[in-house]
Amino acid sequence: MKVILDSKQIEQILRDLTNSIISDTPPELDIAVIGIRSRGEVLAQRLSSRLSQELGKDVPCGTLDITLYRDDLNSPKGTDQPKVRTTEIGFNIDDKIIILVDDVLYTGRSTRAAMAALIDLGRPRAIKLAVLVDRVGREVPIHADYAGYKTDVAPVKLVQVNLIESDGKDEVVIE
Amino acid sequence: MALIRKSKQFKWHRKHLLGLRELSAEEITYILDTAKGFEQVSTRSVKKAPPLRGKVVVNLFFEDSTRTRISFSLAASRLSADIIEFTKKLSSVSKGETLLDTAKNLEAMGIDIVVVRHSAGGASRFLSKNMNACVINAGDGFCEHPTQGLLDVYTIRKIKGSLEGLKIAIVGDIAHSRVARSDMWAMTKLGAEVTFVGPPTLMPAEVGRLPVKVSYSLDEVIEKIDVINMLRIQFERLGGNPFPSIREYSHYFGMTVERMKRAKPDIMVMHPGPINRGLEMESEVADGRNSVILEQVTNGLAVRMAVLFLVNQAAAQSE
Repeated sequence: MKVILDSKQIEQILRDLTNSIISDTPPELDIAVIGIRSRGEVLAQRLSSRLSQELGKDVPCGTLDITLYRDDLNSPKGTDQPKVRTTEIGFNIDDKIIILVDDVLYTGRSTRAAMAALIDLGRPRAIKLAVLVDRVGREVPIHADYAGYKTDVAPVKLVQVNLIESDGKDEVVIE
Repeated sequence: MALIRKSKQFKWHRKHLLGLRELSAEEITYILDTAKGFEQVSTRSVKKAPPLRGKVVVNLFFEDSTRTRISFSLAASRLSADIIEFTKKLSSVSKGETLLDTAKNLEAMGIDIVVVRHSAGGASRFLSKNMNACVINAGDGFCEHPTQGLLDVYTIRKIKGSLEGLKIAIVGDIAHSRVARSDMWAMTKLGAEVTFVGPPTLMPAEVGRLPVKVSYSLDEVIEKIDVINMLRIQFERLGGNPFPSIREYSHYFGMTVERMKRAKPDIMVMHPGPINRGLEMESEVADGRNSVILEQVTNGLAVRMAVLFLVNQAAAQSE
């Protein structure tokens, strides 16, 4: 097990992501942050409170469960059984810039599922992807607009993101 | 998606839902938790999600139904399945085809899930043993109506938070009620205390062996209960003269405005529908602020979506 990001580095990444999002987004447009369950949810909450503070206006935050949109639901191979959880987005996503947040971008399949799920909820002005870790290994043509840490760790490894709210401490490790 | 953590989580493994008697409390809770995730599909602008895309569901109904059949149809179409409606009157059953032959012929056309309602107890279990498709029981004889039991406990849990320690009365024609039986299994497994209330002529013979209390007087229990589920008097199933008159029945066992005054102020009033207004329940009660009858119908949709999703998952993973 190797620690690739500690809590200070995660803090710095979130600060950088916040600044990049603000500098990219014209001030007259509305931003909202939506996290993919479950680690993306925690990161999205942190990003939205930073954005709200910096912009001096409320940046709403929601949580997306992508289970119903996964592309492996009917594949017998999966040993893990996906559990359906709730999607909690208490605002209209139409015409907003949606910052979609996940902990790790790897195959890109979760992001594809998340986009399909979002489009069933409305029509945002744009969807941007922000991730803490951008890992080599894409299986679909998707890229991150805002990526914290990039790694080309071997496919057999597991990149695990731990966050205080869900795991007791902030760190990213490779197992 | 490749990064799902390897934790020991519960896995749903049943490709059929035949009854609640055989389910554990953990399995029931898992269905209810899953149903929560399906509620929002029905509230948004695109009321559809793709998990059953390309699957075929057949509604095989040998008895009449409004709520259950439409609810299953809508649930299946919200999950993007194709749905085939089978009703006895318009089929070859009227020419003498057996249940199994009918089912086998439908299976030969490539259906994936059969939702079956039949007047014979055990019909869905019989099909599940003779077909490859997933089988969901939508009511068999006087045995079980599992999705009704599930939507009832889902509705109670949503309003009361939990069933643990709740006192629940199920009132009326218990003997002919598959709803009473499925409710009883689900409610007692989740920790509630269930009392069957009705005249002795409408109690099932085996009631002494069931995990319930029995009362022959609604007045005796009305002040103590948290939830009351009023069953429909099923005139089509009643033989003989189980009670002297409708008026007498509703006098002793009807949910009246008068009785509501003596009940706990937050009593939940339920009914599986269709209501005989003025018989088992007065309209003022059915439409009153304690009534959750329409919430039950709404929740039924989410529960049935969850059940369709889960049996399909179990089937996919067992291939």
